[in-house]
This record gives sequence, C-alpha cells and structure tokens, in this order.
Amino acid sequence: MKDKYTVSPAPHLHDRTSIPNVMWNVVIALLPALAFAVYYWGWRSLWLTLIGVVAAVATEALIQYLRKVPVTVYDGSAVLTGMLLTYNISADSPWWLPIMGSVFAIAIGKQAFGGLGNNPVNPALLGRAFLLASWPSLMTGNCWIRTLPHKLSESSINGISNLSLIHANLQGVSAKAYDLVTSATPLKVAQTLRDSSFVNTITTDPATNLDISGKMFKSLFDMGTLRSLFWGNVGGCIGEVSVFALLLGAIYLLWKNIIEWRIPLFYIGTVFVLTFLFGGIEGAGPSILLPFFHIFSGGLMLGAFFMATDYTTSPLTKNGRIVFAIGCGVLTVVIRLVGGYPEGVSYSILFMNVMTPLIDKLTMPKAFGRVKK
Amino acid sequence: MRLKTFPGGVHPHDHKFYSASVPIEIQPLPARVIIPLSQHIGAPSAPIVKVGDEVLAGQKIAEAGGFVSIPQHASISGKVTKIDTFPHPSGIMATAIEITGDGKDTWVELVDDPNFLDLPTQEIKDRIAAAGICGMGGAGFPTSVKLSPPADKPIDTVILNGVECEPYLTSDHRLMLEHSEPIIHGLKILLKVLNARQGMIGIEANKPDAIALMKKLLASESNLSVVPLKLQYPQGAEKQLIYAATRRKVPAGGLPMAVGVVVQNVGTAFAIYEAVRYRKPLVERVIAVTGSVVAQPKNLKARIGTPFSELVAFCGGTSGEVGKIISGGPMMGFALPNLDAPVAKGSSGLVLLNVKEASSIAERNCLRCARCVDICPMNLLPSLIAQAVKGKDLDLALKCGLEDCMKCGSCAYVCPAHISLVQWIDTGKIRHAENLRAKK
Repeated sequence: MKDKYTVSPAPHLHDRTSIPNVMWNVVIALLPALAFAVYYWGWRSLWLTLIGVVAAVATEALIQYLRKVPVTVYDGSAVLTGMLLTYNISADSPWWLPIMGSVFAIAIGKQAFGGLGNNPVNPALLGRAFLLASWPSLMTGNCWIRTLPHKLSESSINGISNLSLIHANLQGVSAKAYDLVTSATPLKVAQTLRDSSFVNTITTDPATNLDISGKMFKSLFDMGTLRSLFWGNVGGCIGEVSVFALLLGAIYLLWKNIIEWRIPLFYIGTVFVLTFLFGGIEGAGPSILLPFFHIFSGGLMLGAFFMATDYTTSPLTKNGRIVFAIGCGVLTVVIRLVGGYPEGVSYSILFMNVMTPLIDKLTMPKAFGRVKK
Repeated sequence: MRLKTFPGGVHPHDHKFYSASVPIEIQPLPARVIIPLSQHIGAPSAPIVKVGDEVLAGQKIAEAGGFVSIPQHASISGKVTKIDTFPHPSGIMATAIEITGDGKDTWVELVDDPNFLDLPTQEIKDRIAAAGICGMGGAGFPTSVKLSPPADKPIDTVILNGVECEPYLTSDHRLMLEHSEPIIHGLKILLKVLNARQGMIGIEANKPDAIALMKKLLASESNLSVVPLKLQYPQGAEKQLIYAATRRKVPAGGLPMAVGVVVQNVGTAFAIYEAVRYRKPLVERVIAVTGSVVAQPKNLKARIGTPFSELVAFCGGTSGEVGKIISGGPMMGFALPNLDAPVAKGSSGLVLLNVKEASSIAERNCLRCARCVDICPMNLLPSLIAQAVKGKDLDLALKCGLEDCMKCGSCAYVCPAHISLVQWIDTGKIRHAENLRAKK
C-alpha cells in the first residue's frame, strides 16, 4: 500500500451531478422547441440560435479571460443563456439581434455581478428586456408571424383559419385595425379585442360590435385554435410557440430532477385560475377553454418551465418558490389583461427575480422538530 | 406494503453487496491493542492502571470520568505498555491505553444468569453501566444515561435501530441474522428497565432476510414488532427513525425521551444482553471491513483496540490502489491518513475506496439550485448556513438552522457545485461552541 491517501471531510460519496451536467441537460430539454422552430420557420431559426449561443460563449470566455478567473464556458451555462435569449426573438430577426442580446445578457446580466450564481436577475430575460427597449419594432409588431403554408397539417390549418377569420373580419371593418393585427400573435389579438376604443370602431351599432368582437374572441379558444397553439402553429418567438415541444423538455427536466414542480405548477396554475375568473370580455361569457388559451399562448410555458425555474434567481425556500410563482402568475395576468403589452411573462419573472432575496427572508423554514413561535 | 419513512433524504447506492452475505468471522487476537479513553460522547474515561500493570481481558482499566461517561476495559490479557496519545478512529490523536498481549487471552471471571430478566432493575442498570456500553451505531452516547430518564419523562417505546442506512456497512445486518435471539433479549431487558410498553426493531427494506427472521421470532410477542423502513438515507438517524416508526417529532435541541422514546442500536442491544446475563464488558464488536479495494470484504468480530491494519491484513490485504480510508460509513465517517487507528466501540465499518471513487470535483460558486434545501431531512437551508459561516455571520447561520444540523451529509451528497457544505457547517458549529464557552 502507498502512504498517501485522500483525507477529506464527509460525505465521501456524491451523486455525481455537477454544474455542466445540469446545464447541458437543460440545453437538451430545449432542443425539441428548436426542432419545431426549424420545422415551422425554416433553418433561419437554427442559424439565429447558433449565432446567439456563439456570441454568449465568446463573451463569457473573453470576460473571464480579462477578469483572470478560470474560463468555465464548457459548463454549458453560457450556451444556455444564449439559447434562451434567442428563443425570445422572432425567426425573421436580423442576424445581429441575437448577438446584441447575448452580449448584453452575459456581460451586464451575468459577469458584471461576478458570474454564475451571483446574478440577481435571469440574464436571458435581461437581454430580452434590453432588446425590447432598444429595438422595439424588431421585438414586437409585424415581424412576429411567419408560418410556412406548405408545411401545415390539416388540423393546424383549421386553427390557423380561425385566426385568419379574425383577420378577415377585422379587415372588413377597419383598415386601421388591420394594421394592428394582421401579423399579430394570438395574445395581441386578444388584447385588441379587449380594447373598447377599438371595438367601438367596428360598426356604428354598439350591439353588433359586441356580437362581432365576442364571436371573434371566442374563436381564440375554440378547439381548433387551441390545437394550433399546442403544436405551435401560430405567430411567436423562436422557442416559445410549441407548447408540446416545451412540455417534452419540461417532463425531461422534471424526470431528471433538474427542475422542481413547485414553480411551474403554481405559475401556470395562477395564470389558469386568474384568466378563468377575469379573462373574459363583454359579449363573451366565461369558458373553461379560455384559461387554456392563456396558458398555451405567449411565452408562458417557456417562462414557467425554463426561466422562472432558473436556480440563481428563484427562491431557495420551498414556500418561497410558491410565493414567487404565484407572484409571477399574478403579474403576468395583470400585464396581459390590463397592461399596455399583450404579453407579460418576461417582465413578471424579472420583477419577481428582484423580489427573491426578500421572499427568501420572509419564508425561512422551521427546522424539523421546531415549534412555530 | 407501504414502507415507513421520513421527509427529505437521499438515495445513494447501498454498496452492501461486498459483505452482506459474508458470515461474521472472528478476527485473530491482536498482539497489542490501543484503548482510547474517549470512545463516547461525554467526559473521557479516567485511567486506573499504570504502565507495567498486568491486566486480564475484561478487566476495568479506566473508570467513568463523570455522569455522562463510561468505563473502559482491557480487551486482551497482557501488560499496560503505554498511556499516551495514539491515532483515534475519528482521525485525530487522542489519549489511549496501550496493552501488549500475552497471547493467553485470560479473562476475568464471568457469570451466567439464565434468568437475567428477573434481576432487579437497579442491578440490570448497574451491570450495563459497569460494562462500559455506549451507543454502537457511531454517535456513542453512554447507554446507562439513556436508561435513567428523569421521572417526568416516562418512556413508552423502545426502538432498536437495525436500519444501517450508511452505504457499505453490513455489521448490524449480519448481527441481526446471526445473533437475533440475544438482540431480542437485549430489547426485552431495555423494556423492563425503562418500564416501556412496546418495543420495535426498525430495519431498512434492503435487508429482507433480517426483516423476515425478526418477524418470525417476534410473531408470538404481542408488544414487540418489526418496522420495515424505506431505503432512504438517513433513515437510521435517531430523530428520523423515531418519526418514521411512531410519527413523533423529537423537539429541536431535545432528546428522544421528550417524546417517550429510547433508541438503541442493535449492536448495543447485543452488548446489553451480554453485560446483563454474563456481566461481560464491551470489549469486542462486529465491524464490516469492506469496499472495492478490500481483497475479501468481511464482517469481523474484533476486540476493541485492534489496529485497522490488522483487520485489512486478515481480509487478505488490498486488491487495488487505495484512494481513501474511511472509518465508519462513507456518508458520515472519517477519512484517515493511514490504518494505524484502532477499532473503537462505535466503529461499525472500515471502508476502503479506490482512487477513482476517492476523487473529487473542484468546488464552484453556489448556484442556489436548492437541492440541499429540498432533501435536508431537518428542513434546513444548508447552502445558506454554509454561506453565512463563510461570511462569518454566525447569527444568520444560527437562524438558518446551524444547531439543528446533524451533519448527515445529504446536502453535500447532492450539491452540483460540490461545495463542502458539511465542513462549513461543522466549522460554524465549532465557532458557535467557542463563542458560548467564551461567554460563560
């Protein structure tokens, strides 16, 4: 026997997880959404994602080199940030947009605070907020929807035709309204229909207006549209549209024990309940299908499973995670239903990220066997 | 059947296959033994022999150093050759009595009381105290203290801990299979002394043979039962075991007697039986010598004080490059620099890991992934405690549960950033103890 052995504190076993293991698994879980993006919008989605990833990795490596700290880009965390950032832009964005976002996300969102584990808010969402503030026309409006007609299946055609019906209706009554919504996401349509100043311009008869807007609103959450939303055959950003693809990845992460159920469940659950209670408009009564429209559309699935669950920026305590998730859900619904933006997932998460230290402080658990005071 | 368990915890591979099916063998008599004066929680024992004295096996060589303490006995016959600091199985150097054997193994006179259960309670307690028995699962709490609860804390339940949740270890498993009757006698003695109404033996589900055997033997006993438990670490931790078996929560900072329970390891029950029936002091125990680089992993009945090196030699030496020597189990045991330390009363295992198993990954920043929070069996925030200790903020550490941590190691086991959480928490505990002492 030799005379030198490892002497280290217990435990002497480890379950062999590591940071790279966690990060690369999340990257794997995000791949189905990318596959759907390529299917719907072509190879450009893939190139944009790659550009975003390369920009993120290069920024991280450069800053770590300049900071004279170990370069840890192989751990996959910069890859993940770049990927999530690009998932938040539309597939026909200019090639430099993901670069701008990734550089900002890594440099300001992450490395400026000391790198992995120290960032106060989700870097990818901060990058998205930066892009939205700097190039609003590229991040919202006309460039969102670009479906390729030749790849549509019969069921998705059904869903699309409902949206087209809305567009056709709007076109028939108001050219101004048409400009607003021709290429809008479903959430944008919902927002427009909720706006009484718009509804009143459809015809001169208020009763007819309510009837038309109500019918159009209902067509947002009939089975055909919901099916389109589920498979992702609607307008939106690269990574957010296919609920099916995102759920595949989410199940993988839950199975691998990488994300925990509390945040996604309470986030999506809160949105479901609140939109069921308050999501209707005048002329369209409550429906159990309406909340499905809200949880399937926009960035909620991507946000709830992949962004709100970000380790560093969500609470440590179990009860804190529930508070955090409900907060995200309430803010998302408030922004969607009464705010100026059609979608509120990213701002909700960013806001709750900032609240995380406070939530942790207020939800300190009682140790096993300790009596509540 | 739904197995009982506790909230939290982890599921490491149990690695018991190395030695689980190997019957207990008698370790050959060592040429010399090292009997540490501190093999238990509490005051160290006080030597009553001096260098040059001749001693018999089973003879008392040190007496209890206080109420929470135990006496020590010579485990072989021979001559006291040194009272000095020696390597201790916890990795430190500590005072011990060295006895060089005469090879004759001459014992003090033992008795045999076949009707040991009819002995007066005080006599039973005296015999247990005189035998120098402490908890043999690792913590080493003096058994006689556990058997003298204050009058306002009546005990109604005695639980024997046959969980053996530490990976690799198999000594309790083998003891339950090969010495089941004495263990049950030990349980009955405990029930009598404590005037308790029910006795349980908690066994983890990975020992179905032990569960079946004990169930068969206890079938006719109305107040004794076997509690099969889910394979989950740390199922054998006292508070977790009590919760799993009885749904009672031991209050923080309190002892199991606060909820009317006393827990004893099955090895301790065996020692109690021998002490009460034969007046035999605790001078030998079963220890699992196991791991991937032990040539023939074995369960050995070894005299207290036998150097670890002799155990490994009796197991045919090593079969590959040793990376780490662990005294105890791999989750809570101590890594040793060599095999010089001796078997103590709490030594349940000696585990040798190969170089690959001993390798570790460099520590990174905390990701705040909260895995440690999710699995902490005490419902603490391990990463925050560690961070607070690092930042020298002991108040925050205490608020996050520094004192409630039992150092089971589950948090460090799952940490993807490979932070030595237990080490930081332990550092905090030591600093806190120093502060308390300074205040006095």
